Amino acid sequence: MRVMVFVKATEDSEKGIFPMPETAKMFEAMGRFNEELVNAGIMLSGDGLTPSSQGKRIAFDGPNRSVIDGPFAETRELVAGYWLWEVKDMDEAVAWVKRCPNPMLGPSEIEIRPLYEMADFQDFLTPEAGKIHDRTREKLGCA
Amino acid sequence: MAASEPRQAIEAIFRIERARLIAGLARLVRNVDFAEELAQDALVIALSEWPRAGVPANPGAWLMTAAKRRAIDAIRRERMRERKHEEIARELDGVVDSAVDGIEAAMDDDLGDELLGLIFTACHPILSADARAALTLRVVGGLTTDEIARAFLSSEATIAQRIVRAKKTIGKAGITFEVPRGAERAARLASVLEVIYLIFNEGYAATAGDDLVRPSLCLEAQRLGRVLAGLAPEDAEVFGLLALMEIQASRLKARVGPDGALLTLTEQNRARWDQLMIRRGLEALARAEALGGDGSYALQAALAACHARARSPADTDWSRIAALYDRLRAVAPSPVVDLNRAIAYSMAFGPDAGLKLIDEIADAAALRAYAPLPAARGDFLFRAGRLSEARPQFEAAAKLTRNEQERAFLLARADACN
Repeated sequence: MRVMVFVKATEDSEKGIFPMPETAKMFEAMGRFNEELVNAGIMLSGDGLTPSSQGKRIAFDGPNRSVIDGPFAETRELVAGYWLWEVKDMDEAVAWVKRCPNPMLGPSEIEIRPLYEMADFQDFLTPEAGKIHDRTREKLGCA
Repeated sequence: MAASEPRQAIEAIFRIERARLIAGLARLVRNVDFAEELAQDALVIALSEWPRAGVPANPGAWLMTAAKRRAIDAIRRERMRERKHEEIARELDGVVDSAVDGIEAAMDDDLGDELLGLIFTACHPILSADARAALTLRVVGGLTTDEIARAFLSSEATIAQRIVRAKKTIGKAGITFEVPRGAERAARLASVLEVIYLIFNEGYAATAGDDLVRPSLCLEAQRLGRVLAGLAPEDAEVFGLLALMEIQASRLKARVGPDGALLTLTEQNRARWDQLMIRRGLEALARAEALGGDGSYALQAALAACHARARSPADTDWSRIAALYDRLRAVAPSPVVDLNRAIAYSMAFGPDAGLKLIDEIADAAALRAYAPLPAARGDFLFRAGRLSEARPQFEAAAKLTRNEQERAFLLARADACN
């Protein structure tokens, strides 16, 4: 099964990266962990995200679209980085996350979310909607 | 770490460590069966101690230490009848007595090499391809004999016996669990790649009604391929095979039609191709090519990549495919490669180019009762406007194929020749 693993943001991560000895040590530990993931054959991709101050949100309400500039308030609900893993089950994903070094200097959280499979949508998509969906995915070049 | 770890959490940790644990133990005790037993003992100890004491900081080292203690006990119980055993016991004593830090450091240094040694051993050419696949899935992949039996449409007893025999053969031959060097390495690596690709193809051959274990063989083979790529980062063919598997796996969800029938590349809905797998495959292929990859797997991956890059069948770069078949024919000659080369030539340079090549291989014994040969010839003749000659070719192909749907398709093409 494919899971997305989110590293949640903290007050520190929202400030950006500063050259500190602790950060360097954490990056080194994280690098080793990433290497383990790759060597175990489960890591498909992953990246870190810049603070939400660099991000934008678009709010939808009927026909209206309004753009909200970052930073966003609910720090602990924000995402600071992600991986995409191919694991046998959630137990394996949990076991791997537990051996991840703390990605932040203080207390932090990592969240695991299984991806939907196309089959999960089958009951919701009319053949017409399915076709449009396929066409869009093809143009975007996404999975 | 929190105490009261549930059983399944501990088992999940064990599954992550298992292959490396067995690899390290097998090299130490020179017996893969005993190593497997010791690893299992270590799990039992962990299941009784971790819920109380919590999961140790380095579970792999902890399990290894527990297994080694077990090994010493077992060997002592046998009263060290042979001198060889005494040596092993002394060696083990030293390791166990040294500080845990020391063990951890030693494990970090050796582990990759030990796992690679185990993979090379399980895939040793003295074993049949089936035995290699079963043993690799058992000791490296961690599948149960029941899962392997279901995956290979066999009985559990047959698979269990196959694995027992394979372990005995390895023991009798005195295989050392070392990574082979020099010229031997290349030959032995070919055997490893063959096994991984065999596992992948078993999964790929699975159909809708099959046990779910079968398609998961593709994931298992991909995982083995990625592990191998981490252990042998300088071998072009390792990345060639990985690229081939990732790209083929990208089509897993697209290759079956709504009625359960297998679809050809041309018929597949390319929007269903998994672009993440394609991207990973293309990256592995680039790595294989950077390492000078011109072997059979790298070339097959390059062929698969030509299709993966084409947004629609009409966008396919057939002249590149034709050129790749020229090279594949030189590296891994086979009548089927020759036939596919003829098809690629017909697509790239017109039906007459295909006919010229197919005439050269028409007498190959391996293709005598091979439906795709007359089917291809019929297609070339049809496209060249020689309809009366095409018809008997489609009919001959329809007679040879064992697939009902294909037969109907070929007969329809024969009818279209009027």
